Amino acid sequence: MKKTESKITPEQVDYVAHLGRLHLAPEEKRKYQAQLDDILKYMDMLAEAPTDDVLPMAGPVELYTPFREDEVKPSLPLEEALANAPARVGTSFLVPKVIE
Amino acid sequence: MEYEPIIGLEVHAQLLTDSKAFCSCTTRFGAEPNMNTCPICQGMPGTLPVLNRKALEFTVKMALACHCRISEFSRFARKNYYYPDLPKNYQISQYELPVAEGGYVEIETEQGNRRIPLTRIHMEEDAGKLIHDENKPLSYVDLNRTGVPLIEIVSEPEIHSPQEAAEYLRALRSILVYLDICDGNMQEGSFRCDANVSVRPKGEQALGVKTEVKNMNSFRNVQRALEYEIDRQIEAVKAGERIVQETRLFDPSTGATAAMRSKEWAHDYRYFPDPDLLPLRVEPSLVERLRNELPELPFQKKARFVEQFGIPPYDAGVLTASRDLAAYFEQTVALFPQPKTVSNWIMTELMRMLKGEEEGIGSCLVSAEQLAGLLKSVDDGTISGKIAKTVFEEMYATGKDPAAIIKEKGLVQISDSGELAGLVKQVLDDNPQELKKLLAGKTGLKKFFVGQVMKTTKGKANPQLVNDILNDELKKRGFSE
Repeated sequence: MKKTESKITPEQVDYVAHLGRLHLAPEEKRKYQAQLDDILKYMDMLAEAPTDDVLPMAGPVELYTPFREDEVKPSLPLEEALANAPARVGTSFLVPKVIE
Repeated sequence: MEYEPIIGLEVHAQLLTDSKAFCSCTTRFGAEPNMNTCPICQGMPGTLPVLNRKALEFTVKMALACHCRISEFSRFARKNYYYPDLPKNYQISQYELPVAEGGYVEIETEQGNRRIPLTRIHMEEDAGKLIHDENKPLSYVDLNRTGVPLIEIVSEPEIHSPQEAAEYLRALRSILVYLDICDGNMQEGSFRCDANVSVRPKGEQALGVKTEVKNMNSFRNVQRALEYEIDRQIEAVKAGERIVQETRLFDPSTGATAAMRSKEWAHDYRYFPDPDLLPLRVEPSLVERLRNELPELPFQKKARFVEQFGIPPYDAGVLTASRDLAAYFEQTVALFPQPKTVSNWIMTELMRMLKGEEEGIGSCLVSAEQLAGLLKSVDDGTISGKIAKTVFEEMYATGKDPAAIIKEKGLVQISDSGELAGLVKQVLDDNPQELKKLLAGKTGLKKFFVGQVMKTTKGKANPQLVNDILNDELKKRGFSE
């Protein structure tokens, strides 16, 4: 691939992978770089469509979010709430310290 | 060169709903960690969030009270970041299309009233709570708060001093409490504030590089943190340094701000519309209904109190700080139409007793009718102002009527001039030494004699009458001033 044609750099792939906490092998990085590149080029194609007199749309369907009444229902039993905890102390999830 | 600070505030207010924003777990504060969670607020795959109608209504109320434009159509967005207080790894918030934009909050400053313009008000969900172990490299995660509904109120960067910032926060808090949509408790975190601060040479238009200051949990600390941060930036700029855009934490024990050192906090949230939630429609009929339900707000109420009752702005500010207290004042004045007297009593005697009562006026056993009754008894001379304070203490403790207490304890004021004249003569005769000195010109001793009469009557003598009679009696004994 010629450098001028690519819309995304390997560094940007690393950055996005880090934000999503993905650990990618070098081969995967190349694969996703190409895929992301295709997606961005597709966006360029979309941008060519004339939209000057079209109102922006928040979604493709004419439906709006439903509401629930403000009523309390029972929460999960504690053992179920903590069932996926990697570790626990008392009724708290326990994780490695996240601030310095 | 002179520098000026530019401050913008982001306030998070927890809404007083019973259940969370997108699930039916309770929002109650104080349970053991992780007792109030479910698959939705824990972010389990396959669950769907459904918006709490009341959370939306509360948001619209606040937007109306702040004169915002309410968008008929808005959108929820995902704010993505990795932190253990957020089990979904994103927070449901609003980004491009918030529920309300524009508007303002009116505040009083030394230069007169000012409108602080708002950028937006949007809805979002709260994150969980982390407790960091002091000794071990561990953090404890409590997800009870996860998903509690919040509104974020963002001001324009048009606040010009720490005092103005504190004034703005007080005004916001008082509107929220008046609307009964947030308890406004800063210590418990139901009303939180972050500040964006920059400085620039006076007169310049462009904004300087800003820092974000966090961790200020009282009005006082907001002011201290901002004062420190502004000084720090001005000193740095004067020394030729560049301000770094960063998040800084305020330390209340030192009064300083320090850069937060966390690599996790990459400010790249990759907002995108939440595919789990359809666009939000706020029906114009709902907006109209809520507009009609809006109570008189603190700023207007204060102005009306000054205007209608002729009381000083300071009094009006104290009395309208709470909606219930303001109502109590108005009820009392309706029955005893001397507003300044009522205001004085509420601000001194009543507020002294209420100090430390969490519920404020709500816990007070003395009704407005009873307070008015007490003030009438002073006004018509039944009891003295001094005795009234004793009666009031008894009323506050027992909830009894003032008339009953006055009768029970025999506190009716002695205003019978014949009886008082006898008492005055007696104390003059009983204290020949003092009388001699007084007649010789030591006029300060008059107080001593009045005091003696009050003492014999246990405070029940009408003080004005005692004074008059004493003066007459002294004249008879050859005294002249």
